[in-house]
Amino acid sequence: MLSKRIIACLDVRDGSVVKGINFEGLRKAGDPATLARRYNREGIDEVVILDVTATIEGRKALAETIRAVASEIFLPLCVGGGIRGEEHAEAAIEAGADKVGINTAALRQPELITTLARRYGSQAVIVAIDAKREGGRFKIYVRSGQESTERDAVEWAREAADRGAGEILLTSIDRDGTKSGFDCELTAAVSEAVPIPVIASGGAGNFDHFVDVFRAGRADAALAASIFHYAEHAVEDLKAHLHQHEIPVRLETT
Amino acid sequence: MIALIDYGAGNLTSVRKALSHLGARFTTPSSPTEVGDAQGIIVPGVGNFEVTGALSAEWRTAILDQVSHARPLLGICVGMQWLFDGSAEAPSHEGLRVVKGLCRQLPEEVAADDPDIAEGSAADGRGRLKVPHVGWNSLHLTRESWLLDGVKEGDQVYFTHSFAAPVTEDCVGATRYGVEFAAAVERGQVGGVQFHPEKSSDVGLRILGNFLRRVDG
Repeated sequence: MLSKRIIACLDVRDGSVVKGINFEGLRKAGDPATLARRYNREGIDEVVILDVTATIEGRKALAETIRAVASEIFLPLCVGGGIRGEEHAEAAIEAGADKVGINTAALRQPELITTLARRYGSQAVIVAIDAKREGGRFKIYVRSGQESTERDAVEWAREAADRGAGEILLTSIDRDGTKSGFDCELTAAVSEAVPIPVIASGGAGNFDHFVDVFRAGRADAALAASIFHYAEHAVEDLKAHLHQHEIPVRLETT
Repeated sequence: MIALIDYGAGNLTSVRKALSHLGARFTTPSSPTEVGDAQGIIVPGVGNFEVTGALSAEWRTAILDQVSHARPLLGICVGMQWLFDGSAEAPSHEGLRVVKGLCRQLPEEVAADDPDIAEGSAADGRGRLKVPHVGWNSLHLTRESWLLDGVKEGDQVYFTHSFAAPVTEDCVGATRYGVEFAAAVERGQVGGVQFHPEKSSDVGLRILGNFLRRVDG
């Protein structure tokens, strides 16, 4: 049976993981490759590097980060953040990314989805959607949640899939950083609307939140950052918890 | 020395990194005449079967010539499908025909009691499976195999594909997603994997290592 995927997100700025870097008790989690290695040992299924820099120097550092992670970690690797055109996607893929996540650029120029899907295959194109509840529907925000649009998340997910996206990375702005659980209603609405996998993101605070998003949210994968950064063995403990709750997961056997 | 065939089917970076990690020496031949210099051949690939059309008659002849000299050959993903007679994805493109059978699309509609539709599966809950099949799924070992040597029943590997090869006598590892399909095949010195060993962590590296050992004889 196909396993539900657990994905770790590394927010990277100028070559360092930034989220939680000042968190008390966290040992030097600054190096993306070091953290990725630990996650790999603990059985993570996939890694997302999210670039939160906007400078040219930062983008050069990003390529080095991708190279460092991809040379040692033999897992699917997605890179997102600041991919505004074909050349940014190309740089990430050349450095070793298997997939690129596009968000604002996909909304502004939807044909980019098709262009990248033709060139690299749909499996390499993830459309990231940041959604927020507004008046009974889920509205899309762009530019890291700064700017609202009039687009509906479910309708846009369907269009993105039609245009050739291979997966949807769906983040709930309402839940992001709250640790109050994934938005299962949002996730289920999108997951049932598209024929491609949906990765749920935003709100993971405890292991039961993952059970909920896989059951009620019908997510194919769940992404989190801080829940994994702070605790050693969090990935394997989470997977044991999911296994106990009869959610199919990959358990390391070698 | 491994000949890594680059026919424009996506990016070879991941396969290169995995081979380097395993200490393999490899080259990307720029013409079919260079294929004969290698002790083993890897045909990678992602995306649509149509991309295999870039492997011209000269490439096919050069690769088949090596196969007939018992040089190990490994096809990955679309590269594995290419080892077969062909694929319904691009009926006008012929496969290498070293493994018998035709690749077909994975079913989107399955019976409501299909095990893959059970709670917690990738279904939408209404008898529809998500295709492409993306993620980690388990291997059911069907017979002795040098390619899957040391791999255990139920070990999981990373897939991303919409078309799949049939389970025949050449199948050494089967996987189920709506239907049972060949995840790994082997015929003599020819091996093929539908999944991405270069993205399948320790299990995947073991499988690539098995191929490299076969090449070293």
